Amino acid sequence: MISIKGVHYSYNEDNSFSFKDWVVNAGEQWLLLGNSGCGKSTLLHIITGILAPDKGDVVINDTNLYHQLSNKERDRYRGQHIGIVFQQAHLIKSFTVEENLIMAQSFAGLPVNKTRIDEVLKSLAVHNKTKSYPNELSQGQLQRVSIARAVINKPALLIADEPTSSLDDTNTKAVLALLMSQSALNQSTLVVATHDKRVKDFFSNAYLM
Amino acid sequence: MRLITISWKNLLSNPLTFLLNCLLISFGVGILTLLLISSTQFKDKLENNSKDIDLVVGAKGSPLQLILSSIYYIDFPTGNISLTDAQELARNPMVKRAVPLGLGDNYNGFRIVGTDTSFINLYDLSLAKGNYWSKEFEVTIGASVSSSLNLKVGDKFFGSHGLTSDQDEHKSHPYIVSGVLTLQGNVTDNLILTDLSSIWSMHDEGEESEHTSTANSEAFSHGEAAVESKDTGSKEITSLLIQYYSPMSVVLFPRFVNKSTNMQAASPALESARLFSIIGIGIDTLKWFAGFIMFIATVSVFVSVYNSLKERKYDLAVMRIMGASKEKIFLIIIMEGVLLTCIGSIAGILLGHFLLEVIGNSQGVTQTRLTGVYLMFDEIYLIITGICIGIVAAIIPAIQAYRSDIAKIISKN
Repeated sequence: MISIKGVHYSYNEDNSFSFKDWVVNAGEQWLLLGNSGCGKSTLLHIITGILAPDKGDVVINDTNLYHQLSNKERDRYRGQHIGIVFQQAHLIKSFTVEENLIMAQSFAGLPVNKTRIDEVLKSLAVHNKTKSYPNELSQGQLQRVSIARAVINKPALLIADEPTSSLDDTNTKAVLALLMSQSALNQSTLVVATHDKRVKDFFSNAYLM
Repeated sequence: MRLITISWKNLLSNPLTFLLNCLLISFGVGILTLLLISSTQFKDKLENNSKDIDLVVGAKGSPLQLILSSIYYIDFPTGNISLTDAQELARNPMVKRAVPLGLGDNYNGFRIVGTDTSFINLYDLSLAKGNYWSKEFEVTIGASVSSSLNLKVGDKFFGSHGLTSDQDEHKSHPYIVSGVLTLQGNVTDNLILTDLSSIWSMHDEGEESEHTSTANSEAFSHGEAAVESKDTGSKEITSLLIQYYSPMSVVLFPRFVNKSTNMQAASPALESARLFSIIGIGIDTLKWFAGFIMFIATVSVFVSVYNSLKERKYDLAVMRIMGASKEKIFLIIIMEGVLLTCIGSIAGILLGHFLLEVIGNSQGVTQTRLTGVYLMFDEIYLIITGICIGIVAAIIPAIQAYRSDIAKIISKN
């Protein structure tokens, strides 16, 4: 379960955000919808533990990110329990697909599990690209590998930040299908943050900003 | 995945920059290594060859030349001294041991030294094969002479007049090898030892006429052999190596020789120190040059790590998202600098050894030949210096990476 309560963040006097409380049950799939500049990214950064709120609580599976964990513990918690997919894949280019996934396991403080890597890559149909470098992959393959990296540690929360903004309708559907199937497969709660209203119909739960 | 693997992969992602930085560091460290091991070897050789010799007495002239010719066998002697005068000096109560030397001939560049058995005790020599010389024209050869010229016990050869020329052979009297010394690790490895009487007999009046006309004039004027003087009939030697009974003699005895005789006394310790200080000026200049290259290398490593950090800002942010702490990111950057300079330093040390081996092999004078196959504990300091340079060059980029605001970086992207 994910709970956000009384969260407030202020960049400066003219630019501050107060977020309404939000409870997401384990395994649910949510849409975080709002126009550009409404504070979507700020909320995502707060949920993922990379931006400490001025006040309020963010609780993921009984762990209060900002009141229970030190910075270092929060980094590790993020690696183990939160998977993030960005608009662009942004794999680390000097590492192969497999090494990118190994890095995700290692930084999270987990042992390297190549069986798990094969399993995830197979579920995303990119298992033949294990030893390829990012510059050898197509855009679609890059997107799949970035999803693989996000789910490699079976996160409790899978967050996708504007995953469809630059895609046509067909690809938008394909990416959303992948995210939903992966979140179901890994029993992860899914939150897709976007300003793209085309995706509204895919979700039954929405947090509007 | 270990952090060092990540740092290493990051370095290899820019192979040309990596190579350039490695070259700069290895060049600087290479020069420092070359200077370190060559000057140490040179100093060791100077000290090792003169450690039991308190004073050298020879003909008047340059004291450094006397030391170089009578201890290191790399210069021409200053002339000859009377055997009678030398013997009188040897009987002085301050003198514990006096070893006569008669120089003037060589065989294929290896000097033939006429002396007596006190030379064996002075250098604490031991035999690998055969015996010490016991008769005229018998020689005991150093280990390097034996291996270089493939000479063994029973072999015969003709010595040549002069100290470097092999054209003016003494064809009437062949030398016969009676023994081969064990490897001593000093100048005696490169000497052919015989009795003084062999030198005197070789340079008898009759023998003189047998010198070929191509005799090296320089060898004649400077490398004049210890011979029997035609004018007086008294024998001559080149020099006398002296050991004192007491350190107190250090002040008195040289002054006595220089003032009361027509001979010259030269202290190996003083002249070696003087020689080393002369060479030291060149070494210091090269050290400054190497230091300058190391400084340039440090700046270059800093610039490349800094630039690569700007390019990889988002990569590092993604690593943070994957769970890497700020401290890990800091370490990754520091390790990049350290790996780079460590590899450069090790390559530089190998380069320094290789260059010295090449230089040593091209040296004409075997007595002072340097070798690259010479390990020194101090070389570890060169690697430590390299590591420190790596840390210094990477510390600012690492602090920047540590402080970077990942939320901002990800938002901007």
